[in-house]
Amino acid sequence: MKNFTYVRANSIEDAVSRATSDRQAMFIAGGTNLVDRLKVFLDEPSQLVDVSRLEMKQIERTNTGSLKIGALVTNTALANHIEVRRNYPLLSRAVLAGASQQIRNMATVGGNLMQRTRCPYYYDTAFPCNKRQQNTGCPATTGMNRTHAILGASESCVATNPSDMSVALAAIDAVVEVEGVQGKREIPLIDFHRLPGNNPERDTNLEPGELITAVILPPLSFSQSGVYLKLRDRASYAFALVSVATALEVAGDKIKTARVALGGVAHKPWRAMEAEEFLIGKAANKSNFEQAAEIALQDAQPLAHNGFKVELSKRAIRRALAVSAQGGGLA
Amino acid sequence: MTEEEQKLSPKQRSRRNFLGQSLFTAGAAIAAPSLLNSCQNKTVSASNALVEGETMIGLKINGQLKTLNIEPRVTLLDALRENLGLTGSKKGCDHGQCGACTVLIDGQRAYSCLTLAIMQEGNEITTIEGLATEDNLHPVQTAFLENDGFQCGYCTPGQICASVALLEEVNNGSVSYVTRDLTNPPELASLSESEIKERMSGNLCRCSAYNGIVAAVQQAAGQTPPSPAASIEHSQVG
Repeated sequence: MKNFTYVRANSIEDAVSRATSDRQAMFIAGGTNLVDRLKVFLDEPSQLVDVSRLEMKQIERTNTGSLKIGALVTNTALANHIEVRRNYPLLSRAVLAGASQQIRNMATVGGNLMQRTRCPYYYDTAFPCNKRQQNTGCPATTGMNRTHAILGASESCVATNPSDMSVALAAIDAVVEVEGVQGKREIPLIDFHRLPGNNPERDTNLEPGELITAVILPPLSFSQSGVYLKLRDRASYAFALVSVATALEVAGDKIKTARVALGGVAHKPWRAMEAEEFLIGKAANKSNFEQAAEIALQDAQPLAHNGFKVELSKRAIRRALAVSAQGGGLA
Repeated sequence: MTEEEQKLSPKQRSRRNFLGQSLFTAGAAIAAPSLLNSCQNKTVSASNALVEGETMIGLKINGQLKTLNIEPRVTLLDALRENLGLTGSKKGCDHGQCGACTVLIDGQRAYSCLTLAIMQEGNEITTIEGLATEDNLHPVQTAFLENDGFQCGYCTPGQICASVALLEEVNNGSVSYVTRDLTNPPELASLSESEIKERMSGNLCRCSAYNGIVAAVQQAAGQTPPSPAASIEHSQVG
């Protein structure tokens, strides 16, 4: 690990000001991803600004009926909060699907949004990587790419976003609240992360120095139907090959609203908007779920070793939607 | 307070009884208040000053305040092992993938390899060395011994710390990915094998002593695990 200076921020303004004036500074809270990256020289900050002792540890109802989650709420606290378990079960389940209890105890909501890909080529500094250093090349496109993206990738990067939490947040239409020297702004979760394009070094649309302060969950009347299904190489403590978050609002025998988001398949949590639109007004049955799954994956571009993800995604969508149609729960 | 939260409260009240001798309380008595105050004044904990190079920090470990000179880049695991001689916490992968470095921070299990020591100032850290009292093993340590919860023993300190935390989490009504109804958390008496395996998935065992580890957690949870002797007799007969 390269040496750095360390400072405890005493306010959000203090943290933002330090990270804005020193572009080589980084925020640290739980540290579960950043400390690991520091060890292998993926990040070499001049300064670590410790934001872990700031406020932002509350989960509170807003006057518009939303649930506001402070950026420093731990993954464990989020997943176990009674309002999250009761009103956003797919978010609770998604967070519990991620990492291990030890990591969830340390990791924060803001940090979960900021975690970087686990692409093995990104992690191994013996290889070039466009995400690490622009225009050096992407060995994953022609190398071992079993775990890589099938949707929205580019020639410069085929990495996936590793977060489970973000997939559920995408399905919930969550909003990320950030603060910079210019003040506060809100970014819809689905616009928070980026597709790689020619700038895979940028994972998110945060501006330099901006700090995530909260994640806002809008009220979701049909969230009881929520499902989070994660498929991976071992039963627990592994990143998703494919994951799906779904929720359905059914009125009479017709679907009124549908939510379908995918994880493990793209550089960002992937909302399958066209599949959702297809389902509106249709009956909640197997054949419509099959068609929705086909639509969700129609633009998939698998690489040499991850073609299985296309079929796996379709089956996962069908299964998750079927469980959502029956009122949600463990898929 | 919601109805559900009220339901959880009695569990929280009973957790200290369940865990028996908690070193947190014992430790607080060991460290004299005057010592705590004088040490804290010299450390970085009270300020937001920029720290560059080696700095004196204070860590509360197993109930005692320890001061050490370290750079900000030193992990808690390295501080424990290299600076304080507490080598019970093991360095397996050093990347948060194996669980051998698991310690308790304010009672919650954490990977000491993934946090910086300087960030843990002021928090109560419990390592494997802090679980037993002078003459008595912690009930979870006894359960690992009696159920063959290890072979080589390298992952064991992490497994035991994780198990101690697991029991407290269940007492507090925490849910897991495999909990069927997230509004109805399992209790210790009925904690299933799949719940135990999911909740222990952050600790790997190269010797694959997983059956013994599950049995140890079952025993510590007050359940009756299958007797290891029974399976040995069975295999000898077979």
